[in-house]
Amino acid sequence: MSDRFELNKNLAQMLKGGVIMDVTNAKEAQIAQEAGAVAVMALERVPADIRKQGGVARMSDPKMIKEIKATVTIPVMAKCRIGHIVEARVLEALGIDYIDESEVLTPADESFHIDKHGFKIPFVCGAKNLGEALRRIGEGASMIRTKGEAGTGNVVEAVRHMRTIMGEMRRLKNLPAEELMTAAKEMAAPYDLVVRVAKEGKLPVVNFAAGGVATPADAALMMQLGSEGVFVGSGIFKSSNPEKMAKAIVKATTYYNNPEIIAEVSEDLGEAMYGIEISEIKPENILSDRGW
Amino acid sequence: MKTIGVLALQGSVVEHINSLQKIEGILPMEVKSRKDIDKIDSIIMPGGESTTIGKLLRDFELLEPLSDRINKGMPVWGTCAGMILLAGKIIGEDHVHLGLMDIEVRRNAYGGQLDSFSCHACIDKVSKAPVNLIFIRAPWIERVNGNVEVLAEYEGKIIAARQGNMLVTSFHPELTEDLSFHKYFSEF
Repeated sequence: MSDRFELNKNLAQMLKGGVIMDVTNAKEAQIAQEAGAVAVMALERVPADIRKQGGVARMSDPKMIKEIKATVTIPVMAKCRIGHIVEARVLEALGIDYIDESEVLTPADESFHIDKHGFKIPFVCGAKNLGEALRRIGEGASMIRTKGEAGTGNVVEAVRHMRTIMGEMRRLKNLPAEELMTAAKEMAAPYDLVVRVAKEGKLPVVNFAAGGVATPADAALMMQLGSEGVFVGSGIFKSSNPEKMAKAIVKATTYYNNPEIIAEVSEDLGEAMYGIEISEIKPENILSDRGW
Repeated sequence: MKTIGVLALQGSVVEHINSLQKIEGILPMEVKSRKDIDKIDSIIMPGGESTTIGKLLRDFELLEPLSDRINKGMPVWGTCAGMILLAGKIIGEDHVHLGLMDIEVRRNAYGGQLDSFSCHACIDKVSKAPVNLIFIRAPWIERVNGNVEVLAEYEGKIIAARQGNMLVTSFHPELTEDLSFHKYFSEF
């Protein structure tokens, strides 16, 4: 493992226990920082709007990303399309802190992800299961998040993905050494990483929850399931009182084991974002199926 | 047995706990509430986002009990964000958090993540062998005042200092296997 990969993993370690918030302009970035976000994700449209408006979702305007970078002191992340090497290079050139190679944007490549080892900047990638997480880490991702189903305000997919990843890791831990190669073959994951997870019982990088987190209780639920932090996309700026919702989610993430505090911060938050039942989404609009 | 708390609001908490667990005679403990503060002999404030941790300290009314205990002599060590929480002045900002130590710090002084780096240096007071120093979007100390003792500099910038019961480092010993800083602090 290179020094750079270690340093990039290290930044994710500093974000642990925190909330990373989607923002679409400098003003929202300021609100997120004031509310206690550990980082912001700069993007043109939050996933709920991408879902509603359709069309091809691309990397954001560099001007907007630069404005956000100039406004906040916390780390700035931005999304590039799956496999879009040039969008990733552009984001790296902007000097932001992390790239999300994200299924929320329209994939640029239907077979391949970016070779993230070829970059100095760190990448976070989404995963639905352990095999997918280890493939992304094999490609050089230094942070993993569940995919969930972005823009739905429905946490059920994030729960499924987190439980799947955790369960698969518990299973690997109990396998005898001679069964690990077949396990690696079955989950289509690099053998060396499978061996490492079997030995350590955890991913070699930080693992956050994302996709559908809409309330303080959702965030705390993901933390209780073993998530090391939370991404909140549409859940904040699509709620009726973003500032209050943002602060409440930050507190619930820190005190995820304390129901009294979660009750207190959940009081009088106004409307959470509108939620969508997953079974009502057309199969071609399921974002978490993107990624190879 | 000495109980060393790790402020567990956000950041590299588990890493510090894991390092402390390897030292004999030390009982590590996560600190999240006023009650926890009463149970510890000393405290580490980990790396993370100082704006986030600072807000949570205020919102959950931990700033004052923590200040009280540190003022009465409880040893404290701030790594990176923790150093910013302790600083008496944060350059370019009009507020401080605990504000207990006579140092002036510059946040994100080395730049963004692309400027994060690691190196080795000798820090005589802490270890005979060179220590691995990891800087993640790190701050540095621009100036020390009063009776602050400079423990280490790197390329002309102060990266570690001590003032009585207070220790600060720009870098993250909790991210390395090297226990010398944790051992050094556990003897405070």
